[in-house]
Amino acid sequence: MRRIINYAPRPGVRLILAILPFVVVLAIYMLGSNARLAVEPADKLMPSFASFWNTMVRMATTVDKATNQYLLWWDTWLSLQRLFLGLGISAVLGLVLGIIVGFVPYLRATFEPFFAAFSLIPPLAVLPILFILFGLGEASKIVLIVFGIAPFIIRDVMLRVSALPTEQIIKAQTLGASTWQMISGVVLPQVMPRLIDSVRLSLGAAWLFVIAAEAITSEGGLGYRIFLVRRYLAMDVILPYVIWITLLAFLMDYALRRLAVAAYPWDQIKAA
Amino acid sequence: MTTITFENVWKEYDERVVLEQVNLSLDDHEFLVIIGPSGVGKTTLLRMLLSQEQPTRGRILIDGEPIASEPTADRGVVFQRYSVFPHRTVLGNVMMGPQWAGAPILGRFFGARRKALEEKAMALLTRVGLGEHAHKYPAQLSGGMQQRLALAQALIMKPKVLLLDEPFGALDPGTRKSMHELVGELWEENRMTIVMVTHDLPEAFLLGTRVIAVDKRRNDPQAPERFGASIVSDFEAKCRSVRESRLFEAERARVRLALLAAAPATGDDPTVPAFETALVKD
Ligand SMILES: Nc1ncnc2c1ncn2[C@@H]1O[C@H](COP(=O)(O)OP(=O)(O)O)[C@@H](O)[C@H]1O
Ligand SMILES: [Mg+2]
Repeated sequence: MRRIINYAPRPGVRLILAILPFVVVLAIYMLGSNARLAVEPADKLMPSFASFWNTMVRMATTVDKATNQYLLWWDTWLSLQRLFLGLGISAVLGLVLGIIVGFVPYLRATFEPFFAAFSLIPPLAVLPILFILFGLGEASKIVLIVFGIAPFIIRDVMLRVSALPTEQIIKAQTLGASTWQMISGVVLPQVMPRLIDSVRLSLGAAWLFVIAAEAITSEGGLGYRIFLVRRYLAMDVILPYVIWITLLAFLMDYALRRLAVAAYPWDQIKAA
Repeated sequence: MTTITFENVWKEYDERVVLEQVNLSLDDHEFLVIIGPSGVGKTTLLRMLLSQEQPTRGRILIDGEPIASEPTADRGVVFQRYSVFPHRTVLGNVMMGPQWAGAPILGRFFGARRKALEEKAMALLTRVGLGEHAHKYPAQLSGGMQQRLALAQALIMKPKVLLLDEPFGALDPGTRKSMHELVGELWEENRMTIVMVTHDLPEAFLLGTRVIAVDKRRNDPQAPERFGASIVSDFEAKCRSVRESRLFEAERARVRLALLAAAPATGDDPTVPAFETALVKD
C-alpha cells in the first residue's frame, strides 16, 4: 500500500471522474423529480426535464405580451449589458488607478490606506444610498457593480505593480526611460495578464451584484426574472435560468482565459 | 574620457553605518572590481554610483561633475537577476533604450528608423552570441544567455560607466568562463569604465585592472553597526604598461588592416613594411 497521495488517475479515468459528480447530481434530481411527480402530477418544486425544456423553448421563441420581447434573450441582453459595463468600468479604473497609485510613491502613500478602507465597505449596505443618489435606473446598478469590484481590482493591480522587481525599474531608468515610458512600456504590459486574472476572479461577485440590483428594481434581466417568478414557485423557469447564468459565467471565464493566452504569450512561458 | 571620484563618501541607514570614508579615484577605461565579504556594503557602493541610493555624506563625481540624483543613461547596469524585461523578445529588449530616447510618447520606432535600429541591435546580439535567439522571450533563455542579453541591452546605450553587481553569481562555472571572456572583450572594444562587484577572487584578478577590497577597518563587538566598511586594500591588478601594450596591439592590428584594405594590390609598397616595423620596434 502506497500513501493515498501517490495514486493518480490516468487521463481517461480522470475524464470519467470529472464527469461523474455532474451525472450523479442529475440522476438524483431525476429520481427525486420522478418520485414526486408520480405522487402529485402538478408538483412545482421539482419539475421534469421535459417541462424545463418546454418552458425555455417558449421563453426563447415566443414574444411576451407584456414586454413585447423574447423574454430569455431580452433578460440575457439586459443583464449582460449591466455586467459588461460594470466590469469594463471597474477594469479601466483598476488599471489606471492601480498603476498610477502603485507606481508613484507619493500617490501610493496618500491613497493606498484609503483604498484599503474603501474596499472593506460592504457594497450592498450602500445600495440604498446609490438608489437615492442615482435613482432606480441603470446608473445605480452599474455603480453598485463598480463599487463592489473596482476596489479589489485596484488593489490587485497595485500589488502587481509593487511586485515588479526594483532591478527592472532601475534598469529602465538607466536606459533613459521617463516615468510615462516606464508606465507604458514596462508596467502596463506586465500588469495586463494580472488584470485579466482579477477580472476573471471578479466575475462571480459581478453577477452577484447584477442579480441583487435586479432583484430590487428593474424592468427585466435574468435576476429580475428569477425573483419575479419566485412568487409563482415557477421552478421550471428558475432552475434553467440559474444554469444559463452559470453557463454564461463559465463562457466569459473561458474567453478571458483564452484572451490572456493569445495576447500575452510571454506570461504563459514564464508560468510554465 | 571618463573618470570617477568618491570624495569621503558615507552611507548610513538611521543609526547603522554601512560605509564610511570611502575615497577613490578612478582613471579612464579602468575595470574596477570590488570584493569583500557578504553584507559589507558592496551593493550599496554600486547603488550610490547608480544614484539608486544617495550618500549620506560626501559626494561622487564623474568627470569632475557630481552625478545626477537619479539613474540616467550614462551609467548602464547589469544585476545578478531581473535586468531584462520578460514581456519583450530578446530583440525587443535590446531595442528598448534607443526607442525610448527617440520616441518620447510612443516609445516605438516605425519604418526605416525601426529597420536601422533592428540592424544595429541584431549586430550587437550577434556579437554577444544571441543572434539566433533574437525572437525568443527571456524566460526561454538560460541564465548565461539572459546575462548576455542584459549586457547587450545596456551596451546599445553606449554608457560611460557600466556597473555589474555579481553578474555571474548565479551561473555555472563553464558559462562563467565564457562570460569572463565576453565582458573582457566588450570592455576593450567599447573603451568604457566598468565597475563590477564579485566575491570570486580569481574572477576579480582575471578581469580587473584594479581591485579594491571593502571591509570594516574597526569593529565594536558590542555595537557592530557603529562602524562602517571602507576600502581596506587597493591593488593595481594589471600594471598599466600591460594594459597599454594590449591597447597598442589592438591599435596596431587596426592600422594594419586599414592599410591592407587601402592598398591591397601594392604589397611591395615600401611604406607599409616601414610603418609596420616602426610599430613593432616600439
Ligand atoms: N535599505 C536598507 N535599509 C537598511 N539597511 C540596509 C539597506 N540596504 C542595505 N542595508 C544594509 O547594508 C549592509 C550592506 O548591504 P549590501 O550592500 O547589500 O551588502 P553586499 O556587500 O553583500 O552587497 C547590509 O548589512 C544591509 O543589511
Ligand atoms: Mg550584494
